[in-house]
Amino acid sequence: MEIVLAIGIGIFTTSGVWLLLRPRTYQVIIGLALLSYAVNLFIFAMAGGGLRVDAPPILPPGGIGDPAAIADPIPQALVLTAIVIGFAMTALFLVVLLAARGRTGTDHVDGREPER
Amino acid sequence: MIPVLNHLAILPILLPLAVGAFMLLFDERRRALKMTLSLATVFTLLVIAVTLVVLVGLPNGDRWSTMIVYPLGNWPPPFGIVLVVDRLAALMLLLTAVLGCATLLFAMARWHNAGPRFYTLFLLLLMGLNGAFLTGDLFNLFVFFEILLAASYGLVLHGSGTARVRAGLHYIPINLVASSLFLVGVAVIYGVTGTLNMADLSRIVPTLSPDSRTLMEAGAAVLGIAFLVKAGMWPLSFWLPTTYAAACAPVAAMFAIMTKVGIYVILRLFLLCFGDEAGASEEFGALWLYYGGMATILFGGLGVLASQSMQRLGGYAVLISSGTLLAAIGTGNSAVISGALYYLVTSTLAISAYFLLVELIERGQAAGADVLAVTLEIFGDPEEDIEDEDEEVGVAIPATIAVLGGAFLAATALLAGLPPLSGFIAKFAMLSALLNEAGEIPFAHWAFVALLMLSGLATLIAMTRNGIRTLWVPAETEIPRVRAIEAIPVGALLFLCAAMTFAGGPVMRYMEATAQILYWPSEYARDVLGDRPTGHVTSDPRASGHGPSGGTP
Repeated sequence: MEIVLAIGIGIFTTSGVWLLLRPRTYQVIIGLALLSYAVNLFIFAMAGGGLRVDAPPILPPGGIGDPAAIADPIPQALVLTAIVIGFAMTALFLVVLLAARGRTGTDHVDGREPER
Repeated sequence: MIPVLNHLAILPILLPLAVGAFMLLFDERRRALKMTLSLATVFTLLVIAVTLVVLVGLPNGDRWSTMIVYPLGNWPPPFGIVLVVDRLAALMLLLTAVLGCATLLFAMARWHNAGPRFYTLFLLLLMGLNGAFLTGDLFNLFVFFEILLAASYGLVLHGSGTARVRAGLHYIPINLVASSLFLVGVAVIYGVTGTLNMADLSRIVPTLSPDSRTLMEAGAAVLGIAFLVKAGMWPLSFWLPTTYAAACAPVAAMFAIMTKVGIYVILRLFLLCFGDEAGASEEFGALWLYYGGMATILFGGLGVLASQSMQRLGGYAVLISSGTLLAAIGTGNSAVISGALYYLVTSTLAISAYFLLVELIERGQAAGADVLAVTLEIFGDPEEDIEDEDEEVGVAIPATIAVLGGAFLAATALLAGLPPLSGFIAKFAMLSALLNEAGEIPFAHWAFVALLMLSGLATLIAMTRNGIRTLWVPAETEIPRVRAIEAIPVGALLFLCAAMTFAGGPVMRYMEATAQILYWPSEYARDVLGDRPTGHVTSDPRASGHGPSGGTP
C-alpha cells in the first residue's frame, strides 16, 4: 500500500516538475495540476496512524468507539480544502493564460518567443 | 477585559469579506456607492487596528501585556482554530490598515476606473492579509494566504496591458508552486507532531524524539521555502521586481506589505518552534536566514543601481528591505529584532509612499523617458552642450514639482536610511544592537553591518540619479497634474515616518516589548492553550491511537 502510494506520488511529482519547466503555458498549467495531485496524495500519507484502508473518519453512532478503528479525519478535511483551492487557482491561471495568448500572440511563458 | 471587545479580533477578517462580497451585487456603474463603502470599511479597519494595539498594550493581571485569544466557533484549542492578537499581530494589522487607507484614497483619483471589481479585490486582499496576521493555526494560514494571493493575482492584472499579463504569467505559477510546498510542509509537520496549532507546536517541538525531529525540521524547511518565496529571498526573488514594476501604482504600494507577510510568518514560526526553548532544534535554519538575507541585500543593492525605471528601483528596494529583515531575524538577538520591527514598519511605509510618488512624478513623462535618461547619462547627450547658452540662469521650478521633489527627498532619506528620518533610527537600532552583543563580534556580523551600509549607499546613489533626471532636468515634459486626494496619501505615509522619528522612544519601546514577548513561546502557548503542562503530556493520549510516533511507519 505504502509503496504504491509512494510511487504514485513520485510519478506525479516528476511529471509535474518536468512539465512546469517547459516553455509553453499549457504545459505549465498541466504541470501545476499534476503537482497539486501529488501534494493532495501526500497529505493523505501524512495522516496520523499511517495509511489506513477500510477505516471511516467518523465515529460510529452512539458511542466513542475504538480510536484504532477510525482513520484520522484531519488530513481528509485538509485535502478537501486543498483540492477546492487548487481547482480555483488552476481555473484562474487558465484565464490569465488565455489573456496572455490573446495579448502577446504566443503561448510562451515569457510572453515572447525566444530569439534564435 | 470586556468580553465584547474580544470580538474585535474577528472583525478585521469579517468586515472586508462581507463588504467586498456585498459590493459584487452592484453594477460597476455604482461607483460612488462602492467608493463610500470601501472607504468606510478601510477607515473602520484602521479604528479597529488602533483599538487592538491599545488593548494588547494594556497590562493584564501579573503581566504587562494582554493577548486576545479568539477560538472560532468556540471550539477549544488545539482542536479548533484560534485567532490570536498579540503585540506583533496588532502591529501588522495597524500597518495593513494604514497602507489600505492610503492606497485606496490614492486609487480613487483614477486607478479604480482601470478595470472591473477593483474594490472587491482590494478588500479581499485586506481580508487575506488580516487573516494571515491573526490566525494561530497553520492550515488556516494556508487558506488566508490563498485568499490574499488570489486577490493579488487579480490586482496585478488590474489595468490590463501586455506588461501586466506577462508579469502575471510569472507571478501566478511561482506562487502556486510555493503554495504546493506550503501544503507539503504543513502535512509533514502534522504527520510528525499531530497538531496544526502553532502554540501546541511550540510545546511539542522540544519533546520530539531525534528521528521525528529530523522529519519535523525537513517539514519546517519546506514550509520555510514557501514563505521565503513570498518574502523574496534571493534566489527565490527574481519574479518580484518585474511584478512590482508592472502593477499599477496603488497596487504596488499595497504590495509593499505582501513580502512582509512572509517575513511575519517566518519571524513568528521561527521563534515559536525554534526559539530559545526549543531544545535540540534551537535556532534551526537561523544561518540560512542570515546568509540568505545578506545575499538578498546584495542582490537588491546591485539591482537598485542597475535598474533603469523607477518602479523597478522600488522593487529592488523591497528586496533590500526583505533581506535586511531576514538577516536580522537570523541573528536571533532580541534587541536586533526589535530594531528590525521598527525597520519593518518604516520601510513598508516608505516603499509604499515611494511607489505612489513615482506614479505622480512620471505622469507627465512619455513612456520610456526614464530609460532614456539613464542611457543618456552613460553615453552623453549630444545636444546637451549646445542648448544651455541663452537660457536664464536658474530654473524656475513649478510648485507641484517642488512638492513632489520634497516628498521624493524624504523617501530617499527613508529608503537609504539617512538622518533625520526614521529609516536612520531603524538602521541605527539594528546596528547598535548587533555591535553591542556580548563577546567578540564575529566576522559575519561585520559583513552584515557593511552590507547594510552599502545597500543604503546604493539606494542613495540610484535615487539621487533618478531624482535629478526626472525632477531637475527641465525636459519637454508637462508638469504633472496632481489632485489633492493623491497627494494626501503620500504626504500621510511620509508624515507617519516623520512621526515615528519624533516619537522614536515610545515606538521603540513598543517594538522592544513585542520582540521580548516573541522570545517567550511558553507564555504564548499558555495564553492560547491554557495552563495545561508541556507538550508531551498533551500528545500522550493521541499517541495511543493515531499519534505522532505512529504517523511515520
